[in-house]
Amino acid sequence: MKALLVGEYKNGHIDESFYELVSFANSIGASSVGFIVAPLDAKPEYDGKVYIADINKSKDYNPKVHKDLILKLVEKENPDVVIFSHSSYGWDLAPRLAAALKAGQVSEVIGVDNGEYIVPFCNAKLRRKVKPNTPKAVLTLQSGAFAPLKNNTAQIEPLDYTEEDANLEFQGYEVSEKTGVDLTKAEVIVSAGRGVGKKENIEIVRSLAKALKGELGASRPVVDAGWLDGSYQVGTTGQTVAPKLYVACGISGAIQHLAGMKKSNFIVAINKDKDAPIAEVADVFVVADLLEFIPVLTSKLTK
Amino acid sequence: MNILVCIKQVPDMESKFKISSDGQWYDQSDLTFKINEYDEYAIEESVRLKEKLGNAEVVALSIGPERTKEAIRKALAIGADKGVHVLDNESHKKDPFQIASIIANYAKDKNFDIVFLGMQSQDRASAQVGPILSELLGYNCVTTIVGFEYQDGKVNVKRELEGGIKAKVSAKLPVVLTCQLGLNTVRYPTLPNIMKAKKKELVTINVSELLNEQPRVVNLQAYIPEKKKGGIVLEGKADEMADKLISILKEKTQVLR
Repeated sequence: MKALLVGEYKNGHIDESFYELVSFANSIGASSVGFIVAPLDAKPEYDGKVYIADINKSKDYNPKVHKDLILKLVEKENPDVVIFSHSSYGWDLAPRLAAALKAGQVSEVIGVDNGEYIVPFCNAKLRRKVKPNTPKAVLTLQSGAFAPLKNNTAQIEPLDYTEEDANLEFQGYEVSEKTGVDLTKAEVIVSAGRGVGKKENIEIVRSLAKALKGELGASRPVVDAGWLDGSYQVGTTGQTVAPKLYVACGISGAIQHLAGMKKSNFIVAINKDKDAPIAEVADVFVVADLLEFIPVLTSKLTK
Repeated sequence: MNILVCIKQVPDMESKFKISSDGQWYDQSDLTFKINEYDEYAIEESVRLKEKLGNAEVVALSIGPERTKEAIRKALAIGADKGVHVLDNESHKKDPFQIASIIANYAKDKNFDIVFLGMQSQDRASAQVGPILSELLGYNCVTTIVGFEYQDGKVNVKRELEGGIKAKVSAKLPVVLTCQLGLNTVRYPTLPNIMKAKKKELVTINVSELLNEQPRVVNLQAYIPEKKKGGIVLEGKADEMADKLISILKEKTQVLR
């Protein structure tokens, strides 16, 4: 079995997720080569060959250009499986490549059992075992599901590309404004989720945050609903936090949220749904209607 | 302008799930189904575009059993003009490639300018159908959009990346766009519009007329994962639970003294 590992270059370095792909390939006994669009002097800590296409030659990610680069590499290296991280880059590019290769794709792999891939579904409440039945396969791996593996410095092989795509044009980045709350430095974070029900109820969660001398945070649905602005958001598309205490109020625990807070020292979940995936990371799970429970807790704490 | 919006009916994610008797999927009986949340943003955006342009038609397509018609009717009530129901009692057994190929076969001779989809479904969550569809149709594709604007034959969209960063991308038509949560504010259908939707055209096509591909990924087994972490579970009266929680926090964390 041979794997082509497609890494990412972000925020001035090779993203850690690349080493998760390395570790995964290792665990399934596959030999591997890497591919990353990065500066030519990037030094992947990987014991093998990495093809690097010079990131300075392109304005930014263009799916067609990246797909064609990988297709050329697939022809050259003939891997059995092409592996991405399940990130905004991976979930965008992997299906395009799979379609071009007529390969089956398995998204968000979290484990392997005897050659069968394990993936979550229904908001991680259930699991499936699946297997591609095509000569080549494409996988995306859930971020954080496999411990990163690093060693040595890779042998770099520059990859030329001149192709452009006139159909799609990158026009720059937009960084969401920080309105003052730096959750990464907070010792206590009390976050509100969809379970609060409506905007007015945020105040109930805010009072608990105050009683615990912590900061208020939020999960994505709360921000999407406009109940709090984006600077409060915890998760992969918001801030990644690791406070001493994290209290999740009415948060079901989508993987994107869990990835942003599961390294907290102590996690309390308050939720009506005992089966909510947040239970997987909670040190204490309070099965309750937060609108009833939190005011009682807050008043005891402020006494 | 011709606009296609593809939607899926999924169970409420707060449901208590059981595994189906064939061991392949969740048991679909006793579940409440609704429109996949990501797709609601896709419907809203397609209807907003139609309203802005005036001269446009929105076709809402969904694949699934008879109940799927409810989802299509809701899309029509929000403002889609025409519904297409691809009747398939076993749609849950199709892999994302097959789903994309069914849509592609429907769309290939209809000259859609923009196809909106959710970026993923809440149940399967493969995030594959949109990009595969774009490859099959030869359309441009931008995924995970959180901002949309149409201007002079191009779409200007914001694509959500990690860590609060968005990439601004402009793409020529025809284009497939997959919608992220929060793209817009989805309207509630009004009663008159719900009544009007009942009179709108809703055609049913049997899946056998549109599907000519085998799955590329085989589903072997579905199961309920074992609970990994033995966290403490508190149940009962709010007052007692609060006391217990405070004593645990005093003992196990340094934040309460």
